Amino acid sequence: MKYIEEFRDPAAAKAIAAQIHAEIELGRRYHFMEFCGGHTHALCRFGLEDLLPDNIRMIHGPGCPVCVLPVGRLDMAIDLAQSRPDIILATYGDMMRVPGSEGRTLLSAKAAGGDVRMVYSTLQAVELAKANPEREVVFFAIGFETTTPATAAAIKAASDAGLSNFSVFCNHVLTPSAIDAIMTTGTGETGARLDGFVGPGNVSTIIGAEAYEDAAAKWTKPIVISGFEPNDLLQSILLLVRQVNDGKAFVENAFARAVRLGGNEAAKALCENVFTVRDSFEWRGLGSIPASALQVAEDFACFDAERKFKMAYVSRPDHKACDCASILRGEKRPSDCKVFAAGCTPEHPLGSCMVSPEGACAAHYLYGRFRDAAPADLVAAE
Amino acid sequence: MGMDKVEKRTDRLFSKKLDFARGAIELTHGAGGKASAQLFEELFLPAFHNPMLGAGDDQARFTGHGRMVVATDSHVVSPLFFPGGDIGALSIHGTVNDVAMAGAVPQYLTAGFILEEGFPLKDLRTIVGSMANAAAAAGVSIIAGDTKVVERGKGDGIFINTTGIGIIPDRIAEPPAAHRAAPGDKILVSGTLGDHGVTILSAREGLPLISPIESDSAALNTLVRDLLDATDGVKVLRDPTRGGLATAINELCRSSGTGAVLEETCIPIRKTVDAACELLGVDPLYLANEGKLIAIVSPEEAQTALAALKGHPLGQDAAIIGTITEDAHGFVQMETPLGGRRMVDWLTGDPLPRIC
Repeated sequence: MKYIEEFRDPAAAKAIAAQIHAEIELGRRYHFMEFCGGHTHALCRFGLEDLLPDNIRMIHGPGCPVCVLPVGRLDMAIDLAQSRPDIILATYGDMMRVPGSEGRTLLSAKAAGGDVRMVYSTLQAVELAKANPEREVVFFAIGFETTTPATAAAIKAASDAGLSNFSVFCNHVLTPSAIDAIMTTGTGETGARLDGFVGPGNVSTIIGAEAYEDAAAKWTKPIVISGFEPNDLLQSILLLVRQVNDGKAFVENAFARAVRLGGNEAAKALCENVFTVRDSFEWRGLGSIPASALQVAEDFACFDAERKFKMAYVSRPDHKACDCASILRGEKRPSDCKVFAAGCTPEHPLGSCMVSPEGACAAHYLYGRFRDAAPADLVAAE
Repeated sequence: MGMDKVEKRTDRLFSKKLDFARGAIELTHGAGGKASAQLFEELFLPAFHNPMLGAGDDQARFTGHGRMVVATDSHVVSPLFFPGGDIGALSIHGTVNDVAMAGAVPQYLTAGFILEEGFPLKDLRTIVGSMANAAAAAGVSIIAGDTKVVERGKGDGIFINTTGIGIIPDRIAEPPAAHRAAPGDKILVSGTLGDHGVTILSAREGLPLISPIESDSAALNTLVRDLLDATDGVKVLRDPTRGGLATAINELCRSSGTGAVLEETCIPIRKTVDAACELLGVDPLYLANEGKLIAIVSPEEAQTALAALKGHPLGQDAAIIGTITEDAHGFVQMETPLGGRRMVDWLTGDPLPRIC
């Protein structure tokens, strides 16, 4: 625990915050996007925005894996679970409540008789397949590069064990291409306004700090890779301010205790072996992004649920009232959405951003919504 | 047992005693016949012995007077035995505390058991023994009860419901109640938070902790007595069980139409609990407590109340953790140690089922 306390030490936090206040240039505005949902959560939970000067604005990014999965992909999983009694659909707990079309969820598919099981690890899904040889087990895989190696390991394990009743519905997405998309999609407003990124922490333990060098150079935006403790984030924001002030735009690693320049070579090799890059993949909020997601490689085709069960993707619209798309692009804040905290709450989410605690809306609802109702002088000046 | 012995004792109601070493609950123990009677006579009555229970009627009679309080609580905790307690002690403490939070002196309890076929009599005896000890320590009598047995697979060993009756002493002019909280009042807790929740979670996850954590399961009636004797500034008492401190404060803010601001640095949490929470990915403010109370006290009496809590063995870690505020939205906010502010919202969903 001592290890964590160091990164939550109030005196150190206040010292870094004071340094940020001392170094910002008056009259200048700093717009930083924290890419990861984990960073969004930590910013809100520790009330870090209160420590920052008024002219630094943090924009919540799309780095919540549950949030960026489009309705159409969810519908595929829900349809599969509902239409095939021989299938056990295994997935992480967060996915159970994410709304697909017409408010359907995996939870409602389960209630309607579909066999949907919550697992804590991909290998648990493999175990399910071993224990139920007469059933088909499909693991509904989602996530950024952090969780991809675990899915690759499961496919490897199933292959090594000669399992023929295990497959993966692969929805793994890639971070660097999402950063490109942020800079170009939608109204383009966000990209134009952004001064830098707080770079992903956990993802970078796998893909390494160097994976962002192209993006930093191409868009001339500083990217500082950060850990998830409050002092990590403050330190990263300070480094971003310094780069902006100096007119620099390079990748800095402020999470060196976990992230190496080249990442985790063994994990990367495993993923390259098991997956290939899709030509294109639709993201909620960001639209179709070329080369932004993975599919099961030809060599492991028999473990690809999409091929095995002839699942076809149909793009479906979000809930009409839901502003998730603009929120994921950083164009709107959660409180700008007209159903936020009214029709859409963590108990009854309409959009994906309200489901996982890492979603921008859920984090703001749980920790920050008192600010929306606060008198004007308490709201940080925009 | 020889043949001759059996013949000599043909007039006995029960041909042989309950086998607490190897025996198990059978469906007949809940059928209301001879086996039920034997369970009552050989286990419940000796353990809980008191004249009202021993009278042999289907109900207990007593003369009430003054302002009476009644509370009921069902206990389904899993695992049944955990460091610092078991479902038996918990079933007494939970209801005694609910009665005590009204400012009342708990007097009587009833106990309803739902047992699963096959449940070991040995474990039942241990649990009933803990109930008897906990009730005696809290100064309450168990005066009525009921036992039902469900088929194997239809229960989870044992569920216990207890109902408690208490009396608010005449000297308490205005008993504590949730609606009485007013802006400016101070929020006190009687000790460290999250101990019970973390104990249950670690026991379930098989988490080996370096320093062992125990459930705080305890009867709070004497702590409440000492507090109310020391000051009449206590507006609200609440035991933060399921949903923890966060949910309890939100509930009472809603009842009283107020908000609250907590100081995170003042909230007592054991280092071991904090570390375990970090590992398990849970927030100690949402974890159940079974031996702690929240007191909302008028500002001028807050120090007296704090001293009274600290003077009791169960209140040594008591602290003033925040203030009731005027807030039309009923928001509970918290100053973080870093100087930021965040909301402490209601518990949503049920990430931690069967905690008590």
